Amino acid sequence: MNSEVLRIATINADELETPPLSLGQLAWRRFRRHKLAVIGAGVLLLLFLYAFAGALFFSESYANHNDTSLRLDAPTYSHPFGTDTIGRDILARTVYGGQISLLIGLFAVLIETSCGILVGAIAGYYGGLVDNILMRITEAMLNIPEIFLLIVMAKFLSGKIPDMTIMGRTFSGSVVLIVIIIGGTSWMYLARIVRAEFLSLKENDFVLAARATGTSNLRIIFLHILPNSIAPIVVTATLGVANAILSEAYISFLGLGVQPPTATWGNMLDGANNYLDSAPWLWFFPGLLILLTVLSINFLGDGIRDALDPRSRTV
Amino acid sequence: MTRYIIRRFLQGIPLLFIISVVLFVLMMTMGDPIATMGGRSITRQADRVRLTRQLGLDKPLYVQYIYWLVGNDWTKVDLDGDGVAETAGTRRGILRGDFGTSLVNRGEPVLQVIWERLPNTLLLMLASEVVVVLGAFLVGIYSALRQYSAWDHFITALLFIGYSMPIFFIALLSMYIFAVLFKRWGLPYLPTVGMFDPQVGKTTGQVLLHMVLPVLSMSIVSFASYSRYIRSTMLEVLGQDYIRTAKSKGLTRQDIIFVHALKNASLPIVTVVGLDLPFLLGGAVVTERIFAWPGTGRLFLDHVARGDMPVVMGILMLISVAVIIFQIITDVVYAWLDPRIRYEA
Repeated sequence: MNSEVLRIATINADELETPPLSLGQLAWRRFRRHKLAVIGAGVLLLLFLYAFAGALFFSESYANHNDTSLRLDAPTYSHPFGTDTIGRDILARTVYGGQISLLIGLFAVLIETSCGILVGAIAGYYGGLVDNILMRITEAMLNIPEIFLLIVMAKFLSGKIPDMTIMGRTFSGSVVLIVIIIGGTSWMYLARIVRAEFLSLKENDFVLAARATGTSNLRIIFLHILPNSIAPIVVTATLGVANAILSEAYISFLGLGVQPPTATWGNMLDGANNYLDSAPWLWFFPGLLILLTVLSINFLGDGIRDALDPRSRTV
Repeated sequence: MTRYIIRRFLQGIPLLFIISVVLFVLMMTMGDPIATMGGRSITRQADRVRLTRQLGLDKPLYVQYIYWLVGNDWTKVDLDGDGVAETAGTRRGILRGDFGTSLVNRGEPVLQVIWERLPNTLLLMLASEVVVVLGAFLVGIYSALRQYSAWDHFITALLFIGYSMPIFFIALLSMYIFAVLFKRWGLPYLPTVGMFDPQVGKTTGQVLLHMVLPVLSMSIVSFASYSRYIRSTMLEVLGQDYIRTAKSKGLTRQDIIFVHALKNASLPIVTVVGLDLPFLLGGAVVTERIFAWPGTGRLFLDHVARGDMPVVMGILMLISVAVIIFQIITDVVYAWLDPRIRYEA
């Protein structure tokens, strides 16, 4: 008894407190509180499942199989989403189209992020003439509305990349092209954000210390400064996926994007306005899937922003 | 201030130069301009060679760019292909306001081609800009005054949906509901394509009726960012000391919201509108295509498809110039409205 009292009495004040949370745990707590973001993440997961697990139920040749005797059939039991203008099953095409659309979104953002970080980091870190030149180019590209730039670039590069076969599936070369075009016309905002981060971070003492110990510029940029500006980059990249999927949809809708028979949610809508009245299922399902994807990514991005960077609460 | 404005204009010049060079290079594989000029008939080889020389396409790229920029009336060009430049050039270059002639509408000056379409686009775009700004003020102020209420959350969710919608999906959906379904149900329905019913003619009523759906579609997309912006600036202003002062001296709620808060909260929106305005010139490419609206956006699409480089280049350069000018105007207007802002010369 006596010893027990003694034990309680000697408990250290620090031991009574819960262990401090790491930055990641704090971010996760803030993220969890953002209900819409959690729902968004869930829906997004389901959409990925739909596109990738759906492939287990339909083969790609089925998705591209056309039967003109079945053209523009309304949704029935055997074709739950109906059939398109040449009798292809729309359900199967939304599955395979979804794969392409989602992958285009992810890969385009990969390019966007690499370009944005590279330009922003170099401009912000080195400053001076390099900064001036890079920022003028960035401004020049921001000066033209994105959709115009996309159209001109798509026209410029169309047909330059041959079809390719990856893992037994043939992809239209236009898929790669669209990834490059979307990535290449959307990096400017990120570049500006990264540059602003670098401009302020490079004045810190840890950069001075790194320089004093003879660390190379490359190591300072990528190992010392970049990790400190990761929050806005992650947020911009997340929202960038939504934008890239929308861009793909716009450009394919205009017939300048991914070429059939490769389906994407965007090119399934190409020409659908001619069947507005007679076959609404033609445009409704792909359109709805794009909306759901973009919406859930936007909610997710909003949640990530709140979690990683609680100070910046913008639109 | 004057020095600041002059400096900004001077900075715009190298920017426009970079833009024009990049675009000019991108234009080079737009299509076969000579096939475009020939129309449906196949161009004979002899004609091809002659047209190539006439358009200056036999020249290296940088010479073509110089001719486009400053014209070629100061030099002689070789039209008959004998290697001797004998004919005086006629182009004056875009620096002297000559954007060249359209290849599709043969011989028609580019500016005239664009000018014909511009009013249609401005009509559509300005209407939707007005709808968006007015609506965004209503919604933004309402949400700000009832922050975190059920209505605020509901409005936020709706705005997010609108913001995430591809514009063609809104367009198709609204066309289906207000034109197809309304017609089926025997209700008065809206027209879907064009600017007016050819049987009735281009009357004000017809144009207004045809504008409803395109304006609706475009407004929904940009509604979210505007109203969220107003909501956040309004919230910021409502937390200021002078609002508390106004409250404590017993002003009515209306006075506080509409006179003291709104005046200051609406300042930042000037920037957003100012930076958005020049993009209206280009029109909404997708919207104009779906609703078959004869504006500059559709003009751009049609002429890109047929490789009409002078017109495409003309539209893009006009937008670029407008963007730069509007940026400067926005900054100046903002400094004029908000005396706290000073630009060093």
